[in-house]
Amino acid sequence: MKIVVCVNYVPDTAIKVKLAADGKAVDLADAAYVVNPYDEFAVEAALQIKEKVGGEVIVVSAGPEKANTGLRTCLAMGADSAILVKEDSIEKADAFAIGSILAQICAELKPDIIFFGKNSIGVDDGQVPAVVADQLDLPQVSVVVKLEIQDGKFRAEREIEGAREVIEGSLPAVFTAQKGLNTPRYASLKGIMAAKKKQIESRPLSALGLPAESLLPRLSWEQVMLPPSRPPGKILTGDAAQTVPELVRLLHDEAKVI
Amino acid sequence: MAQRILVFIEERQGSVKKTSLEALFAARKLADDLKEPVTALHIGADDRTALLASYGADKVVRAHHDLLASYSPEGFAATVVEYARNTSPRIILASATAMGRDFLPRAAARLQVGLAQDCTEARIVEGQELECVRPIFAGKAYARLRPAMTPAMATLRPNVFSLGTADASRIAATEVFSPSLSAEKIRARVQEVKAAAGQKVVLTEANIIVSGGRGLKGPENFAMIQELADALGGAMGASRAAVDAGWIDHPYQVGQTGKTVSPTLYIACGISGAIQHLAGMSTSKYIVAINKDPEAPIFKLADYGIVGDLFTIVPALTQEVKKLKS
Repeated sequence: MKIVVCVNYVPDTAIKVKLAADGKAVDLADAAYVVNPYDEFAVEAALQIKEKVGGEVIVVSAGPEKANTGLRTCLAMGADSAILVKEDSIEKADAFAIGSILAQICAELKPDIIFFGKNSIGVDDGQVPAVVADQLDLPQVSVVVKLEIQDGKFRAEREIEGAREVIEGSLPAVFTAQKGLNTPRYASLKGIMAAKKKQIESRPLSALGLPAESLLPRLSWEQVMLPPSRPPGKILTGDAAQTVPELVRLLHDEAKVI
Repeated sequence: MAQRILVFIEERQGSVKKTSLEALFAARKLADDLKEPVTALHIGADDRTALLASYGADKVVRAHHDLLASYSPEGFAATVVEYARNTSPRIILASATAMGRDFLPRAAARLQVGLAQDCTEARIVEGQELECVRPIFAGKAYARLRPAMTPAMATLRPNVFSLGTADASRIAATEVFSPSLSAEKIRARVQEVKAAAGQKVVLTEANIIVSGGRGLKGPENFAMIQELADALGGAMGASRAAVDAGWIDHPYQVGQTGKTVSPTLYIACGISGAIQHLAGMSTSKYIVAINKDPEAPIFKLADYGIVGDLFTIVPALTQEVKKLKS
């Protein structure tokens, strides 16, 4: 079984957002970066399948030089090899461009399974997997919380509003992982040492020969804004016998929400 | 007739989703600015013309095909793509539900255009261009975007856009559309829908949410949160700390690695307000915090709050709400 996991190296979820000088982006110069948390579920799912049925796990990323650190983390978890499509401008590219790049790499690798995290922390839009699935003409299941693979077939459960959809189909296929699918392992010391010896293959974007059309932005970013600040609230202190009825009165009479 | 705004209408369990009607009403407002018609496309067995007309559709298209009997991202995307290619809409909208967020990206990929996901605002600027605002970094910032290609596609966040008032006197034309689908291209279809155990009101669609965090001290105390949620007719949520402690399942988690919610009223009990949690609920209309620590960051965001012991306050609040409602 050949499994590709597409991983993104993203600003940590704990960052405080600052605006870039041009007001059209978030200033990430000081941000700490991590492997996108949802991608860790994807890597873990790939490793568990490999452990069960054999095969190889290849992690692929598109991004600047520092994305190597994220790939190294995945290698330490147990992935066999890694490919980085290196291009500094990718952090600003949108889903269609990134999806076109990853689809090109996957077309060469011809995996049985392509995993992603359900979305990247930051842009939060979860569209890249659909671009890859569409361009490679593969079925997709997103927001997967349970996955069984057997004899070239899959049975996946995806999370929807208050329920789960059970989806069945055949490989090859694209899956996106949601929290709950598994518990990602920590890299062991042995894994970290082994990862140092593994090669990360670096490919310049220009070597992929993608048509310029694929890389054109589909959305124009006019402005990035901080959320409007909220006025100070009414905070009640004292005996619950007074504060609770007062809160209910405020919610009923002032806010009119109950 | 040009069909300039196309809205995808979702049906679940035999009825039209309220959040799709929100998207339709939002489309109506855009259409009024553009002075152009709205087409509502739904996939299902029943005629929805009267309902969809009352929320602003000028034309109601019911897509029908045996392969659409159960949901598949491939089949639904192909249907919207084929209809869009036939009619060349300027704008395509849908609600950012689990379904909309799933297959609209595939449709956008096929049409080779962009998709602004999970927008909290949509308007027409410069006489004809769609402009959207969408949260990024889970609401720590907002991006103002304009789709650079046609059709401009966007999904709208549930509970943020007004539903408007149905106008029963409005009428719409009806059309049945039979897309040309082939079974070989629909390879991942829903076989079964399993209701999640315990979740009484769907978190992302709830008007009122009561969430519990680490301050609850243990899984057994979520019963108290559920009782308050029940009294208010709302949904129960949780912080990441409570989920990671194993007190409650992940589908209840609100925040950056859980659900992003926008209820009218959000009550946070024993939640200090880590930035990842605040990111998931900061677009709530009213926020109430109940916490024993007056310095908890959640109070900075709260419209109302009580500093005190939640084990006293929450049950008292449940009683008070029941009294009010009886």
